[in-house]
Amino acid sequence: MGELATEKHVQYILSVEKRKDDFISVAMEYLRMNGAYWGLTTLDLLGKLDAIDVDEVVSWIMKCQHESGGFGGNIGHDPHILYTLSAVQVLALFDKLNVLDVEKVTNYIAGLQNEDGSFSGDEWGEVDTRFSYIAICCLSILHHLNKINVEKAVSYIVSCKNLDGGFGCTPGGESHAGQIFCCVGALAITGSLHHIDKDLLGWWLCERQVKAGGLNGRPEKLPDVCYSWWVLSSLIMIDRVHWISKEKLVKFILDCQDTENGGISDRPDDAVDVYHTYFGVAGLSLLEYPGLKAIDPAYALPVDVVNKIFFGR
Amino acid sequence: MESDKVKLPRVPLSQRPEWSDVTPVPQDDGPSPVVPIAYKEEFVETMDYFRAVYLADERSARALRLTAEVIGLNAGNYTVWHFRRSILEALDADLNDELDYIENIARSNSKNYQIWHHRRWVAEKLGTDSARKELEFTKKIFSIDAKHYHAWSHRQWVLLALGGWEDELGYCQQLLEEDIFNNSAWNQRFFVITKSPLLGGLEVMRESEVSYTVEAILTYPENESPWRYLRGLYKGDTQSWVNDAQVWSVCLKVLNAKNNCLFALSTLLDLLCHGLQPNQEINDAVDALKPSGQDQSDSDLVKTVCSILEHIDPIRANYWKWRKSKLPSAT
Repeated sequence: MGELATEKHVQYILSVEKRKDDFISVAMEYLRMNGAYWGLTTLDLLGKLDAIDVDEVVSWIMKCQHESGGFGGNIGHDPHILYTLSAVQVLALFDKLNVLDVEKVTNYIAGLQNEDGSFSGDEWGEVDTRFSYIAICCLSILHHLNKINVEKAVSYIVSCKNLDGGFGCTPGGESHAGQIFCCVGALAITGSLHHIDKDLLGWWLCERQVKAGGLNGRPEKLPDVCYSWWVLSSLIMIDRVHWISKEKLVKFILDCQDTENGGISDRPDDAVDVYHTYFGVAGLSLLEYPGLKAIDPAYALPVDVVNKIFFGR
Repeated sequence: MESDKVKLPRVPLSQRPEWSDVTPVPQDDGPSPVVPIAYKEEFVETMDYFRAVYLADERSARALRLTAEVIGLNAGNYTVWHFRRSILEALDADLNDELDYIENIARSNSKNYQIWHHRRWVAEKLGTDSARKELEFTKKIFSIDAKHYHAWSHRQWVLLALGGWEDELGYCQQLLEEDIFNNSAWNQRFFVITKSPLLGGLEVMRESEVSYTVEAILTYPENESPWRYLRGLYKGDTQSWVNDAQVWSVCLKVLNAKNNCLFALSTLLDLLCHGLQPNQEINDAVDALKPSGQDQSDSDLVKTVCSILEHIDPIRANYWKWRKSKLPSAT
């Protein structure tokens, strides 16, 4: 089995800027905030966050904030809860949450809760359990969960539970590993994991491992490195990760590396991107791969960052 | 809406008389961006003009056309879609045209969240009259990708908000005939029998659904979806599930065929843990599956089932070991 090409991946992330006329880069413009989170968290897990100029990042992030308190995907873009979480997470990485007007940010998020407990992504009202997770994660990091009706938020998530133990985007929506991460994460953060049938969900999640070792997100779909995060973190949160073959999954992720130019792809021999590089490295971190910082499965931040937030050390 | 299409070859906005009164507003990326991006010239120019009309809050026909150009270059931009909706409202535009426009865009961007959200916004405005059209639209998507998550989500919303349940079970049937492994179609089937106002609910539907599911299982016993569906049909009524001979019979049939026994064994394990009293046939069928060299190791049936599962599903061996360890000690 190969090894994690740590130095190559660091170089890859730092060099994304040098690529010209890249369609992906253009398409990424509106979600640069997410890109920053993926790239910078990966660097931190690899122990190389110090290669980044903190002040530049922080001042750019703050330029993406709106009067409403929410953050846009880039300067001049409308705020959305998706980018607001990424902004808060990146500030947390650098221990700079103190630059935030916490009241303002948390009011923005709390204002997105609907009567039934669900959350909209922005003022336009798209509802999805992803946004429940984001709201809860963000408010928890900022110590303001009291601003929302947690009980209703939890009962909405529970209403999205399916017969297979998994969760979908809205009530009745098919179970999908990404949505499951969001629901399990939100329930974990709010201390509500007792609503989950852990053995049933655990079995569904471990059925996601295919013979090649990788994980898929739904039955009969192809494996993809991103599920190394969504499935694994969920299994860890419900304490069932020992049910899958870790060795085979490690090998699958390592086989998706571009060992020449750095970066990780969705499946072996595909093109790499920052998104899959993050999920691959984060997955390896969950698998306790040597040399990587540990990542918290619920907050999707390095454990030392989470400890700082909640224990001040 | 012919005018909404990006024309090729493209005339730069700066050379179009229509835009001569607008001063483009360049992007402020900050001094040295964290994730800097090399933009294409066309993209930069279009965004600069978009920024200008957006900042001026110009809700005009030309602004609507410009949003289509921006979306053509990058359909993932939330802000542009927002602004497009404000313009549509201000102009009181024909929303049926908008549905056609979205369908065009969706051809190359169907995994994009904004498109679906936008579509829902339009359909909601059009009301129940649009139900049929929306169901047809998702059908077109499913003819290319029958597991399309966004399209399924949209379809469920349409049914709940606008109606159109009449043919839904038949449609699930059709999709499952095309691909019996399609978990999305199984999920939709469960959605229909539990939520359709026309069918009478889970208990009324159980009998016919169990027969259908049993048949599906016997065709492909390795198919995870119908096994889970079968369990779902007895939601909240474990006793009926344990007592219904159809459930353990299907396990037995699959075991006797000695091929692809994983889900049959795991269902049998669940049944036994919930109090099923195994008959001789079940005992014999399980015995016949014992891996060689393991004849006497397990004292009772349920442990044997766990051992076989551990053997035939090594990637999840720890799960089956754990199931075995959780069994009540031998009676």
